[in-house]
Amino acid sequence: MTDSHETGGTGSTRSRRVPLAWLGLTPFLAYVTLVFLVPIGFILFEAFRRTTTTGATRDPVTQQFVKHSETTFTLDNIHDSLQGIYRTSLVTSVKLSAITAILGAIFGLLLATAVVSSSSAFLRQVVTSAAAVTANFGGIPLAFLFIATLDANSGIVTLFLQDHFGISLQDDLGLQLPELSGLSLVYLYFLIPLMVLVMAPALEGLKPQWAEAAENLGASRWTYWRLVAAPVLLPSFLGAVLLLFCSAFSAYATAYAINSAFPLITIRIDAVLSGNVLAGQGNLGAALALLMIVFVLPLTVIYQLLQRRTSRWLA
Amino acid sequence: MQTPRRTRLAGTAALAALGLALAACGSDNSSSPTATGSSSTTTTDWATAQSAEAGGGMEALVAAAQKEGTLNVIALPPTWANYAEIISTFKKKYGIKVNSENPDGASADEINALKSTKGQSSAPDVVDVGNSFALSGAQDGLYAPYKVATWNDIPDGQKDTGGLWTSDYGGYISIGCNATKVGTCPKTIKELDNPAYKNMVALNGDPTESNSAFQGVWALALANGGSADDIQPGIDYVKKLNDEGIFNKTQVTPATVASGATPIVLDWDYLNVAEGTELAKKGQKWEVNDPADGLVSAYYAQAINRSAPHPAAARLWEEYLYSQDPDGGQNLWLKGYARPIELVAMQKNGSADQAAVAKVPPVTDKNPFVPTQDQVTKATATVTKNWAAAVAG
Repeated sequence: MTDSHETGGTGSTRSRRVPLAWLGLTPFLAYVTLVFLVPIGFILFEAFRRTTTTGATRDPVTQQFVKHSETTFTLDNIHDSLQGIYRTSLVTSVKLSAITAILGAIFGLLLATAVVSSSSAFLRQVVTSAAAVTANFGGIPLAFLFIATLDANSGIVTLFLQDHFGISLQDDLGLQLPELSGLSLVYLYFLIPLMVLVMAPALEGLKPQWAEAAENLGASRWTYWRLVAAPVLLPSFLGAVLLLFCSAFSAYATAYAINSAFPLITIRIDAVLSGNVLAGQGNLGAALALLMIVFVLPLTVIYQLLQRRTSRWLA
Repeated sequence: MQTPRRTRLAGTAALAALGLALAACGSDNSSSPTATGSSSTTTTDWATAQSAEAGGGMEALVAAAQKEGTLNVIALPPTWANYAEIISTFKKKYGIKVNSENPDGASADEINALKSTKGQSSAPDVVDVGNSFALSGAQDGLYAPYKVATWNDIPDGQKDTGGLWTSDYGGYISIGCNATKVGTCPKTIKELDNPAYKNMVALNGDPTESNSAFQGVWALALANGGSADDIQPGIDYVKKLNDEGIFNKTQVTPATVASGATPIVLDWDYLNVAEGTELAKKGQKWEVNDPADGLVSAYYAQAINRSAPHPAAARLWEEYLYSQDPDGGQNLWLKGYARPIELVAMQKNGSADQAAVAKVPPVTDKNPFVPTQDQVTKATATVTKNWAAAVAG
């Protein structure tokens, strides 16, 4: 108690609250340590280690092998994770995430603007509820939904276009479900609603008084959007783009269920850690995970900075 | 098909790392596991018994296993090679409870479980893993040596000489084909290269992750001048099929087979035949051919956890799986359209279930394809390096 009196400074009521507040925080801190900090520590540790086996001899009585191996700290895993299929996967992951984040942001913003400016409260309710559901729809059900509609052999839409218009979705329109084009469409299915959910509150934060004030000062609608609304919304818009990017970057199950051979870094991590072909490549998996962290970490920092800027106007 | 063995919900970096973390945590609390099982019998320590005979015979083994009362298994999907019946028959026959953990897990998951649950009562007693995991697990000292009573009926090369692992069941890469949709089905690998099969030909997954896809590529290689030393022609053939628009990259699942999204699938014959019986119920014909120009077979392997929490039950399970009785594991696998490892011997001594044999695609395999571990390692490296470029675009 004496300690807290000295540090608290503003009186006994406040200083007594400090330890209690920390107590309340403990479960959270324990959780963060266990599922976030400890794993990151292991990734950092494992990514730079490699065990090389030089041979093994068998004990004639126990029949067990005695292995001669050596574990060293090395950059080999990092080197390998930037070669061949792993490099391709990283590039494709970034490409897919960037394309879908930007498209998702644009379409999501348009939809959110339409919804927020709608006079029907019912419509707003319905769209936000639907967005909340579809933004969290993913994995195998989503994958099969698209296979059932857009697959080259059996998709309902594919067959409909073929039978009634003679158009091939794959050849004429270039939409290959298991490829970048198709997977982008699938990702947009949950990224656009996510964008609506994130941007709707920001759009609602635009005070009508600002538009009125601008109008009183002789600004056109366009000038208002350009000089008032856009600068206010820009930080939360960019923040949302980053959120979408990270969401797409870390996604895995949906793409895997459509095309498990598609070069994505998350699918590669799965292949080295828990596949049926590659044995004993855990350290390479850690190196790949480290690459993802290296990519996402600066984005998270920028996101935080943008959030701070957003709250200046749209608290 | 193979996918359910590997389906999981999320694979973010954090999750992957958590696996590593748990694996590492688990290895710390290994508390002399070999000693735990020995108390159940007065004379025999089944944890170190290398055969039923060495431990005092089958009766002693059954008694000790029943005293333990439980068997922990892992990664045995009920719809895979008849495992549902194999497990239920074992339960009934011996009155031993079977805990089936993570039924859809992959070989790597099984190895991770052995490492991370070392010394715990929930650790898997036995594993059923792909060949490369059998070899690496033996090298890592994860398995206990044990030779089943029918040891001599298992071909050499399909078992570790010391008994650390033993091949159990397997099959050939086959071409499954929806005859209702496709019309004339391809019977050989060379016949796949036909414009009529546009967008139809699929492997079961990614060859760097799915063993059946990996072996599928090897079968394609054999038909195109490849060998155990050279898997590249298989990759080149897929590239050709891909360039011609014949190769289908959709992830194969029972749903895509049923809906017709993947009309031609290269996969293990026991999975394709099982798929066929399902489709027949819906009035569709699923034809299965083992391609004569690319006969590739592979077998899974059994191994006992070196620190199994139920050492006697684990050994009894092995005796049961390798039993040639009508209700033994070998015939039950055969009923699941898989080829049990003792099939050749069973055909000779007349113990094989002939009705079940008739349902497995016939194969004349004069030069069985058995690549060495070095050849597998080399082929894996080649596929990892060249696969992505071959199927790009």
